[in-house]
Amino acid sequence: MKKGLVVTLMGPNGSGKTTLLKSILGLVIPEKGGITVEGKNISGESDYRNKICYMPQSSPFPPNLKVREIISITKDIRKKQDNYDYELYEKFGIGSILGKKAGALSQGTRQRLSAALAFMFDSEIVVLDEPTAGLDPYSSEILKARIIKLKKAGKLVLLTTHIVNEVSELSDRLVFMLDGKIKVDRESFRTPGGNGKEFREMVSKLFMENEPAKNI
Amino acid sequence: MNLRKIFKYFFSDIVRSKWIPVYAVLLFALTSGIIYFSRDGQKAFISLLNIALYLIPLLCLIFGSVYNYNSREFVEMLLTQPVTRKSVFMGQYLSLGLSQTAGFVLGMILPLFIYDFSINAALLLAAGVFLIFIFNGFALLVSNMVNDKVKGVGILIAVWLFFAVFYDGLMLFMFYYFADYPLEKATIIASSLNPVDVARTFIMLRLDMSALFGYTGAVFKKYFGSGAGIYVSLLILHLWMIVPSLFARRKFRKKDF
Repeated sequence: MKKGLVVTLMGPNGSGKTTLLKSILGLVIPEKGGITVEGKNISGESDYRNKICYMPQSSPFPPNLKVREIISITKDIRKKQDNYDYELYEKFGIGSILGKKAGALSQGTRQRLSAALAFMFDSEIVVLDEPTAGLDPYSSEILKARIIKLKKAGKLVLLTTHIVNEVSELSDRLVFMLDGKIKVDRESFRTPGGNGKEFREMVSKLFMENEPAKNI
Repeated sequence: MNLRKIFKYFFSDIVRSKWIPVYAVLLFALTSGIIYFSRDGQKAFISLLNIALYLIPLLCLIFGSVYNYNSREFVEMLLTQPVTRKSVFMGQYLSLGLSQTAGFVLGMILPLFIYDFSINAALLLAAGVFLIFIFNGFALLVSNMVNDKVKGVGILIAVWLFFAVFYDGLMLFMFYYFADYPLEKATIIASSLNPVDVARTFIMLRLDMSALFGYTGAVFKKYFGSGAGIYVSLLILHLWMIVPSLFARRKFRKKDF
């Protein structure tokens, strides 16, 4: 996957999107094959994660830690930076919940905290697992604008989503997965000047053709 | 570098959960009560020794596993950062062991020192620390192998029952059934396979309490003598501390989150 692109993984539930993301992060150990980041095999490595930030599907924050502690632990563990990017931190009002415990936050607020953390560090790759799920429309728009800004800065954004409009708005490359394998991989799937109708039809067709019930 | 940081996060998280302070206070009250109301100091120490030998493994197994199940999110959060799995495992294992050691020292060892049982207290501290790390190793091993919390805790309670209760019964059965055969070496091997027995033998050999050895302890003493017996029991306790934690680490290294 090249830098300066937004790559979207799509596919039915259980198709392996999250497993692939977790494999890249080292949370899941691949049974076979390998993953390289900037030419280096990541198996058993941890330093490469300084180059990656991750926003999980459901933010796994320890419930008894305060937001302030979660941020300071993350900063403490990662490579020191001169400047942190506080754009989402400020826009999502994280400063007002610093004293709250993660367990007391709503799902949406946890997602906002997770997004603020994922964009706080100067990382080359940002991995987002269904980033807008659980976010209100206003926060979703802020996040999408931030994703586009990151892409323009030459970073690689890898995300999963089920929302077709999001793909046509953000994506440069679409990877459709099924049963852990790539079914479709297209870089130019949007019609220049089009309204995205063709693309939506294509994705709908992919889902219809690969509906899990048909495979039983 | 990261191990120190990770240890710090886990340790402060454990202490904040209030389990350890409550454990220390209850143990302190129990220890002080037994020493205060017992007229014979030696008998009081034996009672405390038995409490330590049975209670510490059970508490370590339950606390260690429940904490591991409850800190899944924390572990997952840490693993998405640039830290090795080895650092995360060691940070968790050491913080569990050292926090429980702190509770044990404040709850049981401190009153022993206060009531002037210094040598006994030092021995109990050594045996207690071994048991704490051994059974936390078991707790992490099982809780990393079994994802279902109820099932995992159930298995660990069975582990405790095996070592603390059934093992002695099995040994008695073996001695009775094979009474006509020479059982010395088999007895030593069998007693080495139970860390609770080894910890008891280690203390008894040092205090030279022949009447309280039991059959396995007596055989141990006869075979190695008091001096060498202590070193052999220490070596076995070290092995017991290393093996379950190594298996637990190996399981953690290959675990999917």
